[in-house]
Amino acid sequence: MSLRDFGPNELMFLLLATRWTILLALIAFAGGGLIGLVVAAIRVAPARPLRWLAAGYIQFFMGTPILIQLFMAYYGSSFLGYRPDPWAAAAVTFSLNGGAFFGEIFRGAIEAIPKGQWEAATALGFRFVRTLRLVIIPQAVRLMLPPTVGFMVQIVKTTSIASLIGLTELARAATQVNTVTFQPVLVFGTVSIIYFALCWPLSLYASYLERRFATGMTKKAETPLVMSAA
Amino acid sequence: MQTALQFGPILVHLDLLLRGLEKTVQLAALSILFGTAIGVLGSVGRGFGPRFVSWLIAAYVELIRNTPLLIQLYFVFFSLPLFGFKLSSNTAAVVALSIHLGAYATEILRAGIEAIPEGQIEAAKSLGLSRYRIIRHVVLVPAARAVYPSLSAQFILQIMGTSIVGAIAAEELTAVANNLVMQTFRSFEVYIIIAIIYFVLVQAASLLFAGIGKLVFRWRV
Repeated sequence: MSLRDFGPNELMFLLLATRWTILLALIAFAGGGLIGLVVAAIRVAPARPLRWLAAGYIQFFMGTPILIQLFMAYYGSSFLGYRPDPWAAAAVTFSLNGGAFFGEIFRGAIEAIPKGQWEAATALGFRFVRTLRLVIIPQAVRLMLPPTVGFMVQIVKTTSIASLIGLTELARAATQVNTVTFQPVLVFGTVSIIYFALCWPLSLYASYLERRFATGMTKKAETPLVMSAA
Repeated sequence: MQTALQFGPILVHLDLLLRGLEKTVQLAALSILFGTAIGVLGSVGRGFGPRFVSWLIAAYVELIRNTPLLIQLYFVFFSLPLFGFKLSSNTAAVVALSIHLGAYATEILRAGIEAIPEGQIEAAKSLGLSRYRIIRHVVLVPAARAVYPSLSAQFILQIMGTSIVGAIAAEELTAVANNLVMQTFRSFEVYIIIAIIYFVLVQAASLLFAGIGKLVFRWRV
């Protein structure tokens, strides 16, 4: 007893909703990447209180479900007197959450660079930020790259939980179509294929990078095992 | 802007919060149990099964790892009843979460199995060990020991992942939180408390998994 069947219009509706998923993922990737760089730099900074602060940040975002973080941002904004906006809440949450994970990924890569490089830079008179920017990070990039691409897959998948605060991206579009057609196999099957089409190339690319950079590597970067909570 | 955080109206519902926590632990424990079982079978099938089985398992792993848990949850919850399986929300959640973790556990254990030197297996064969004993003692146990840190990290993520099953009206901690929001209208405070509960749960689980690892894999390589 459905209102209508799953047809080309419904498929188009899902495909159009996909652009919001992609946009949200791009925001999360850009925001999370930038925050992650700062967090990683602070994590290896000489000042100890700063390191603790960054560690606490990471602990919170990696130790609580991202859905709860999203609810906190969404309802927290109304507590502070703003009108809750799903897009703002999702952008902020995914960026901050991504920042914690990227921070750990980047830190792992930075710490895999031999101590001698730091000492050599110090001997040349480089300060912390210059050392990091000119000596360490250029070498750490190839260690960072595979897990970074891998985490992009998690970001795309995680955007689906933004549907739970009412943001109409792919997952929410799917439940809407399912409600009117009640053809769950078709609807969620199609949506799975769309997500798969977004994620699989990234997954393949990540494992390609891993294989390519694995050769000639003496020390493997320690990276956190990442799967989104969604 | 509201003046101050008020936790009182929420903390009077401590019994509800604890019941939600209990459900969350239950969901996580069951799905970790089933998911690990799937992982053991999947990784052995992947490494030692016929090519067709191996290929099928690879497809399962890739499909699950490249689609969101939320969609998997919806798929199980809405589709299975059409095939005659009437599932409660909580059962559907356990099924979806187990299938989800199963794919990751398969992949993690497979990596461990692939790292076992071929010589070990050949040595075991030359000693006349049966196929079952080789897979169990020479391959699976050392592989599990090697990848246990990754596996327990995945378990932690699974615990946090249970938070989204409220989307199909399963009654765990996050769903309790959503109900409390409607009762007390103190949404921000509710989620602060829930975040603290999850945080403590995750820290406790980390300690527990580390302890279990020490206990189960206590001998040295």
